[in-house]
Amino acid sequence: MPDVLVLVDHDGERVHKSTYELLRAARRLGDPAAVVVGTPGTAARLRDALARHGARRVYAAESTEADEFLGTPAVDALERAVLDLAAEAASPAAVLVSATTAGTEVAGRLAARLDAGLLIDAVDLDPSGVATQIVFGGSCTVRSQVTHGIPVIALRPGSFEPEEHPVEAAELQLTLPPVDPAASARVTARRAAVAGDRPELTEAAVVVSGGRGVGGADGFKVVEELADALGGAVGASRAAVDAGYYPHRYQVGQTGKSVSPQLYIALGISGAIQHLAGMQTSRTIVAVNKDPEAPVLDLADYGVVGDLFAVAPRLTREVAARRSTG
Amino acid sequence: MNIVVLVKQVPDTGAERTLSEADHTLDRESADPVLDEINERAAEEALTLKETVGADVTVVSMGPDSALDAVRKVLAMGADRGIHISDDRLRGADVVTTARVLAAAVRTVDDVDLVLAGDATTDGQAGAVPAAVADLLRLPPLTHARELTVDAGRVRVERETESGETTLDAPLPALVSVTEKINEPRYPSFKGIMAAKKKPVRTVGLDDLFPDADTAGHLVTRTRVVEAVPRPARAAGIRVTDDGSAGRRLAEYLIAQKLV
Ligand SMILES: Cc1cc2nc3c(=O)[nH]c(=O)nc-3n(C[C@H](O)[C@H](O)[C@H](O)COP(=O)(O)OP(=O)(O)OC[C@H]3O[C@@H](n4cnc5c(N)ncnc54)[C@H](O)[C@@H]3O)c2cc1C
Ligand SMILES: Nc1ncnc2c1ncn2[C@@H]1O[C@H](COP(=O)(O)O)[C@@H](O)[C@H]1O
Repeated sequence: MPDVLVLVDHDGERVHKSTYELLRAARRLGDPAAVVVGTPGTAARLRDALARHGARRVYAAESTEADEFLGTPAVDALERAVLDLAAEAASPAAVLVSATTAGTEVAGRLAARLDAGLLIDAVDLDPSGVATQIVFGGSCTVRSQVTHGIPVIALRPGSFEPEEHPVEAAELQLTLPPVDPAASARVTARRAAVAGDRPELTEAAVVVSGGRGVGGADGFKVVEELADALGGAVGASRAAVDAGYYPHRYQVGQTGKSVSPQLYIALGISGAIQHLAGMQTSRTIVAVNKDPEAPVLDLADYGVVGDLFAVAPRLTREVAARRSTG
Repeated sequence: MNIVVLVKQVPDTGAERTLSEADHTLDRESADPVLDEINERAAEEALTLKETVGADVTVVSMGPDSALDAVRKVLAMGADRGIHISDDRLRGADVVTTARVLAAAVRTVDDVDLVLAGDATTDGQAGAVPAAVADLLRLPPLTHARELTVDAGRVRVERETESGETTLDAPLPALVSVTEKINEPRYPSFKGIMAAKKKPVRTVGLDDLFPDADTAGHLVTRTRVVEAVPRPARAAGIRVTDDGSAGRRLAEYLIAQKLV
């Protein structure tokens, strides 16, 4: 079986769930080979977790400056791994990365260097290498295939369910070229998103979003409380973000995040086409809006015409009560 | 300083978008083309720099004849000159080809200090082109900027993504892609629109950008659509008007659906 290179998302100590999803997808195409880019010692810390999810090889692409530059070390590492394998006449079947903001850019840069076909934001992957993408704001499903070069595929987080598949993993060293500071962006400060105990927006099974109807930053407490009762993430419409009610990184929609949770609850959101573009592939959609004409009610599985400040807190209490009684 | 702004024309997002029956590419005829909204903000950053530190701004767009309108709009906002890359062979270009062609166009501009782009377009939503262009030009990629400062030969950016905020720093020349939150773009004035008609726009094709390439051998895409199916539209389900009990009934519904 050919190798399938998987770029590992991690925080230095733990492997992110999105990587386990990639490893599962990779097993459809061949033997997963995980590429860990980080400071020295990172791969050794992550190896067991990666092997438990099917990584037969763990490449350690380590250097003291690996965390200091945006993207470049990851692109260099993947390019090096591809070229090393090609030199052994064992070109990888594909390179898989997570379709996060950073992952998508790594994929684009790698494909440009390798002159290779690139498929972004795939939600499924066949053993034959055909990837499924949902395009045009959820209105169309497209299945595509790479016809030139080594397929570089960015998989949307949450598209695959992680599955343990314990194997023995060999650790291999991958020498990173020194970073050219004139061709790289240096990260001089980092403020991690304070998600608190909430799940990542794009990975959450439940997303509760607030719109302009929430009326202000204080009003978002109602949204957060319902999200917390359901163990979900908080999202926001662009109008809510533009008005300063909630930070930009929580924006759902065409120019925000695409989410596809089991349950999406829209509170005080009218349902403009650009908002729907980011959430209409959700399994179940619930909307609370006081305007019976709001377009979001036309696609909600459960639509409530009413005041969100009456309905949402009541729902929160009911859910909390249900949770506490088991 | 010399700034190049990369702008793309996209179908108006308010309109319905479809794939052409023939080759599964975006059916551009059926949608109103407009300058991508985020690109107006990239242009605004360039024009702000023109006003504050002085800059010569070249706007570059790759696309069919109508993309000239996108170039003219940025000229009307205040850019100095334009390059319109138009070639029938570029129809259906993928990210790699788009990035190569844009990189080649940037190379035709002398002494570029800064390349500005939008962080993602609203049609393809790929968000990969700017980083790929930077990689091909060996420029530092400072992407997803919600704030940009140019000072003493360096550029600093506040980058905001789902994983948090970072400050990025690099020497010029560099490439910066901006988010829709970076600024409010200006409207072209009547004077600007009139002036734009006289500003120089160079139309170039593949043979101009790649004079040495084997003319038949331009690879346009490295992927193939094997199937495209419209997704069924969602229909409304249960609808209730709140009489004080909707919160409870909604909870019962979620429990019945095993969502709680
Ligand atoms: C290029 C482009 C990209 C865009 N990208 C995005 C995007 O990524 N994401 C996005 O969301 N939008 C996006 N938009 C904006 C989009 O068109 C809408 O303007 C936006 O989604 C509206 O947000 P909203 O529904 O919160 O506000 P509104 O449309 O103002 O709706 C507020 C709703 O709240 C209801 N309401 C008010 N008070 C209450 C109450 N007490 N209880 C219950 N209901 C109440 C009202 O009836 C109304 O329906 C984009 C637009 C463009 C042009
Ligand atoms: N055809 C094009 N012509 C000019 N600029 C483009 C083109 N395609 C993409 N870009 C630039 O790259 C940005 C991101 O595009 P994308 O990666 O396709 O989402 C856009 O906002 C533009 O700045």
